[in-house]
Amino acid sequence: MFRILLSATILLGVASMLAIAHAATPSELKPVKVDLPDSDKMFPDGPGADAINNNCLACHSADMVLNQPALSKQAWATEVNKMINNYKAPIAPEDVGAIVNYLTALKGN
Amino acid sequence: MAENRALHHKVTRRRLLGAAGIGALALSKPSWAQTMIDLPLPGGPDAREITTAFPQKGPMILQRTRPPLLETPFEVFDKGVFTPNDQFYVRWHWAVIPTDIDTDKFALTVHGHVNQPLSLSLKDILHGLPGVQLAAVNQCSGNSRGFFEPRVTGGQWANGAMGNALWTGVRLKDVLDKAGVKPGAVQVRFKGLEEPVVADAPHFMKSLDIDHARDGEVMIAYAMNGEQLPLVNGFPLRLVVPGWYATYWVKMLNDIEVLNQPDTNYWTKVAYTIPDTPHASIKPGETNVKMIPINRMVPRSFVTNIASGHKVSAAAPTTLRGIAFGGDYGVASVDYSIDRGKNWRQAQLGKDEGKYGFRQWETQLTLSSPGKYSLSTRCTNSNGVVQPDTPNWNPAGFMRNVVESVDVLAV
Repeated sequence: MFRILLSATILLGVASMLAIAHAATPSELKPVKVDLPDSDKMFPDGPGADAINNNCLACHSADMVLNQPALSKQAWATEVNKMINNYKAPIAPEDVGAIVNYLTALKGN
Repeated sequence: MAENRALHHKVTRRRLLGAAGIGALALSKPSWAQTMIDLPLPGGPDAREITTAFPQKGPMILQRTRPPLLETPFEVFDKGVFTPNDQFYVRWHWAVIPTDIDTDKFALTVHGHVNQPLSLSLKDILHGLPGVQLAAVNQCSGNSRGFFEPRVTGGQWANGAMGNALWTGVRLKDVLDKAGVKPGAVQVRFKGLEEPVVADAPHFMKSLDIDHARDGEVMIAYAMNGEQLPLVNGFPLRLVVPGWYATYWVKMLNDIEVLNQPDTNYWTKVAYTIPDTPHASIKPGETNVKMIPINRMVPRSFVTNIASGHKVSAAAPTTLRGIAFGGDYGVASVDYSIDRGKNWRQAQLGKDEGKYGFRQWETQLTLSSPGKYSLSTRCTNSNGVVQPDTPNWNPAGFMRNVVESVDVLAV
């Protein structure tokens, strides 16, 4: 985009970037219809994998969790409770322990 | 000082199907090959996919598929001070994001403590109000979070959760004046079209104080870099809050509410808060700290043309080039050091495209003898604020702006 603007600047001999960019500004916006990619990635197998797969993937893909650094069990518990209390994740109370244990086994420190 | 590890990108191709024939590989990139990148975050994990799967976007570092977190590959910042729309980073909070925007039906409502509630069409905004333009850096509060030590949770960004664009739009002040703000207004709250998956979860909203909202700089943008915004960057309208962290730059903005009491919603009062301390920094584990909403950005600078691990010629001139931004003020100067901050020299600044934008800088230097060197850069803004030489720390991983370095070998 800016290469085009810059060449236009040179061609026209116009010094002002703003003036050129302004000329290129849309006078109307075109409708947009797109598809966003989804992820079908599940958490790796292990004790508690069903609990985390069933409770956590509605709101976010697994990659967010898998990209986190290693954390203590206490830190993982804090994260899971943050999801429940702050972000209203509908996690069954009996699954909380299984999810925390799963995360600690997968990415504990 | 911190090593600029994000520059040390190693792009590899991971073969998902190891049984493929060598001959087929030699001819062309197989469709099942995945391009990967390493973001050497301390302790890892550092491997990320480079994705081209997102609409209106080029190659991006995939931090999270849904809701999207897409990081700008760092080499993009060497190409110039304006970040291309198709490689501008992306960050969403909630997974319900409209993917079909009818520009004839879209409306921006203005309501609350005003004389005349408004429902503005895109035509009203593009043709009914004076247009303004401004270059400004949009940076995630947690840009570079992955370099925090000890590590903290959240989007594990390297340094690419930032970008600079020329924004075109209308002044928020003009929109508020059209509605007529009533006496006693204290804040203005902004909401976009994204919605949580869970019905009772807090809708993403951010607020600014009334005087800030009416300062004539905060704008409602309908174009970035001369084109309409990519959908995932907030099409059709995005709030632009120059000099402030991107959490305030509400995407797909469709609702403005003037408040006569301070906003107590989760995203303003609880989330996105920082310790009220110098550099928003505390000791890990420190408690009972006064927290305040994150606000103005602080200066940063980066080398963009040489990555850590590169070799340069000893006893021959080397060009060192990069970008800087001053945060809430312009860039006054960029200094560089080849001896881990013992001595600093001033680099030359490129064209000023506006005080809130990226500023390119460049210098020629000669490393006199072979060996290892750490090349550091330091920005001072026009308010006299200098990048610190030690990293800050806070539990959310916000506001990193330590002096960055690249480690090179002179041969």
